[in-house]
Amino acid sequence: MAALIMILVSAMFFPGIILRTKSIASGRRGPGILQPLRDAGVLLRKGSVFSTTTGLIFQIAPVISLATVLCAILVIPFGKQEALIHFEGDFVFFAYILSLGRFFMIIAALDTGSSFEGMGASREAFFAMLIEPAFFILMATFAMFTGYVSFTDIFSNFFITSNHYVLIFSIIGFYIFIQIALVENSRLPVDDPKTHLELTMIHEVMILDYSGFDKALIHITTWLKFAVYGSLIYNVVVPAGWNIYLQIALFLAVQALFAIIVGFLESFRARNKMNKNPKFILTVSAIAILAFAVILILNLNL
Amino acid sequence: MNIALFFVVLILSFALFPVPKVLKHTTALIVLAAGVAISSVWSIEALSGLSSELRLEGMIPLTGKPVIFAVDGLSAFFILVVNLTLLIGLLYAKGYLKQYYGSKNSLSFSLHYFSYLWLYFSMILVLIARDGLSFLIVWEIMALSSFMLVIFDAEEKSIMKTGISYLIQMHVGMFFLMFAFLISANETGSMSFDSLGVFFSGHSNILLFILFFIGFGIKAGFIPLHSWLPRANPAAPSHVSGVMSGVMIKMGIYGILRVLLYVRHDLLQIGILILIVSLVSGLLGVMMAIVQHDMKKLLAYHSIENIGIIGIGTGLGVIGLATGNNTLSLLGFSGGLLHVLNHSLFKSLLFFSAGSVYTATHTRDIEKLGGLMKKMPYTSLLFLAGSLAICGLPPFNGFISEYLIYLGMFRDLPSSGLHQSILVLGSIVVLALIGGLAVFCFTKAFGIAFLGEPRSQHAVSASEVERGMIMPQFISLALIILIGLASPLFVRPVFDIVGTGFGIEGMRRIAETSLPGLASISLIAGVFIVLVVALALYRKIHLRSVKLSTGPTWGCGYTATGPKQQYTSTSFAYNYNHVAKPVIGTKKMMPEIEEDELFPEGRSFSSRVDDVFQKVIVEKPAGLLSELLKKIAVMQTGKVQHYILYAFVFILFVLLLTWLNII
Repeated sequence: MAALIMILVSAMFFPGIILRTKSIASGRRGPGILQPLRDAGVLLRKGSVFSTTTGLIFQIAPVISLATVLCAILVIPFGKQEALIHFEGDFVFFAYILSLGRFFMIIAALDTGSSFEGMGASREAFFAMLIEPAFFILMATFAMFTGYVSFTDIFSNFFITSNHYVLIFSIIGFYIFIQIALVENSRLPVDDPKTHLELTMIHEVMILDYSGFDKALIHITTWLKFAVYGSLIYNVVVPAGWNIYLQIALFLAVQALFAIIVGFLESFRARNKMNKNPKFILTVSAIAILAFAVILILNLNL
Repeated sequence: MNIALFFVVLILSFALFPVPKVLKHTTALIVLAAGVAISSVWSIEALSGLSSELRLEGMIPLTGKPVIFAVDGLSAFFILVVNLTLLIGLLYAKGYLKQYYGSKNSLSFSLHYFSYLWLYFSMILVLIARDGLSFLIVWEIMALSSFMLVIFDAEEKSIMKTGISYLIQMHVGMFFLMFAFLISANETGSMSFDSLGVFFSGHSNILLFILFFIGFGIKAGFIPLHSWLPRANPAAPSHVSGVMSGVMIKMGIYGILRVLLYVRHDLLQIGILILIVSLVSGLLGVMMAIVQHDMKKLLAYHSIENIGIIGIGTGLGVIGLATGNNTLSLLGFSGGLLHVLNHSLFKSLLFFSAGSVYTATHTRDIEKLGGLMKKMPYTSLLFLAGSLAICGLPPFNGFISEYLIYLGMFRDLPSSGLHQSILVLGSIVVLALIGGLAVFCFTKAFGIAFLGEPRSQHAVSASEVERGMIMPQFISLALIILIGLASPLFVRPVFDIVGTGFGIEGMRRIAETSLPGLASISLIAGVFIVLVVALALYRKIHLRSVKLSTGPTWGCGYTATGPKQQYTSTSFAYNYNHVAKPVIGTKKMMPEIEEDELFPEGRSFSSRVDDVFQKVIVEKPAGLLSELLKKIAVMQTGKVQHYILYAFVFILFVLLLTWLNII
């Protein structure tokens, strides 16, 4: 329960912090931290325009996408607090339920019959497919490292083992979860949400036809996804045994740090050339494999 | 229950020929239902008393020799899968075959239904035959009847050719099986599965197993033995493709599992062999599926992928047996076996709905479709559900079997040694990639064919197919959802079958620790559905209070867009194609624009994907062989004198050999 509340709370401020970071980095005054929330509020109340080409899929996709992320949150623990629902192999479920949401967003983009959105859909499907192995390799590494196979057990035992190399996995986990989050949420350097040209977008071009309520749902889903990955990052960097108040403070700090990192990346980095993306994404998997090699060497005393 | 009753049903199938054309379907349905009833009783009997197999005494009608048929847990499971799919297939066939009603005469309908029934009978008999000879006979009947089904539309020349090539490949497989049985029979004196056990306990296991694996693998469609699958399936009528892809290829899996029950040594090598072949099949199967434009061909390549997933589970199971890791063994085999059921459900559903699309549009080319969701809502929803299930997404059934395999692998990791953990990690990566690629492929197939605007007249004039074709598919859909939501109900018997079949120690304990996970999945799936419904309801109510309007799709300021400008299946796969080119070798054909060509003329673009394995393994050797035979054909002069000369030379040759004491 704790994780659910913490994620929901931190998700509210996440986009605002990214926005603030970007304004400060570029020397602008910029809007306040709550601006994205207000924007979403406006969108929620606004009317919608639906393309005549679209149908049921287009209408239901944002709802399903949001529901998948909410379900994914249910398996995430917070410190010593167990996840609401935890079972062996729940991270497989986590990856696949997010995949379900993506499936619907992709076909919703194709439902509009627009070539722009088809292009975005194709890219999203392709890049998401490429990042999938990184997550599984990382989880395999953690499973080997802790000897457990669920989020709750892995994270509550992450820092307990007498292994002195835990810092290595902590750092690699930190790095890879950030990269996965960037790819999954279509952020720089894979995709630039603020680009002005449809041809160079991925996620934004997929949702071109959404407006009003549905668009707000899509934004909220993205924030939640960020916060979900932020909480995974938190779980690999902060030991589960610490004091609960300290944990709450640290959780918010880690989420804020994550948002600031994203903001800085977006301020100072250029987007990859589109055909460089596969290489970039596969590098993340390669780093995950490196982590796996390390754990093999440690476990087997090679 | 005695097998005689089943043989009576078998003979009843001849009643198809005299009955009038309109009654043929009903007759076939009655005969099939009788067979289904009898064999289901066997399976349920066998499953309720798993420890001992159900023996059925029988006679071979012609020779009067007694033969043993037996139903154990493994057979029972496959029998139920076969029963289910063939029944749904035949129900669906009624509507599908209506389009041929005018063009085909009564005899072809009789032959078609007759072959369908015999395909069913032969599959059941394959599953219960326990001696090699009768097994090979019914295996052959299975090949022949499915051949007859494939060439139903044989007026088209290409279909006949595909059929013949299918028949030849099946017989190559048959040859390997026969060879394998004969090797064992030569040593042990009897040609039965039980004598395989005797053979295996005294000899090297891997060589004989490889023979069986090739024989059964051709039926199952493991890469590189798969090349018949993507060609025969599109050629066959859709209900036949559904049945062939859904269950007939599983007979290969059954054969492999059956032989594995008797294998004693070399388990590790065998496990690694199965695992690696399956990993390759799974990955390449889906990779080649993505670039297909023919809907049924795409589905056929997905069958290869799914056979790969089943094989990954099986291979891991065997590795678990070899290394004494019971958890990996039980979860691997169970995941594989459950995937047999799951795949039979969603693959047949996909083929049936693809058949409905063909009935309505008369094309299988995805590039010519589009916008079918509005014209064929039920078919679209069925295809969507099948797509989600085949991608292994929760809350559908495909996820459950893949989850079991994943769970086995992840649980195995902490305790396994260097080589095994690398193998397991490799399998995890491949399985994850297969999942991602399947999503890529089915978002393409569903999105391009069913969504957007119609791309051709075929799609514009489509309308929903008749209810008789849709209803049977809902049976599959109901089961798909049921397995997804109430998985423990289905996984528990699978655990029992695998545990007793392979004698896995501590099966109960492992099962008890694995089932809570499945229960949690059911719970969270329930939460998901409630969430979706609640959110959708809230959205609906909320949208009433705001201003809604409609307009054209956003065209970036350009308003004259037409359906031709939509993303196509080729363009959707463009990025992917770019990366996967070295593996699948897509060829593009477009004349280059010359530098001095100031006003480029009209150009045509086409792309083509050749199955590399088909080329290297089938076409090249066959080409070489026919070249060679053409050279030998010089001898065939047509002059009697020459032939007499050949005979004379031959006799001289034999005399010479005898004189030299060689023969």
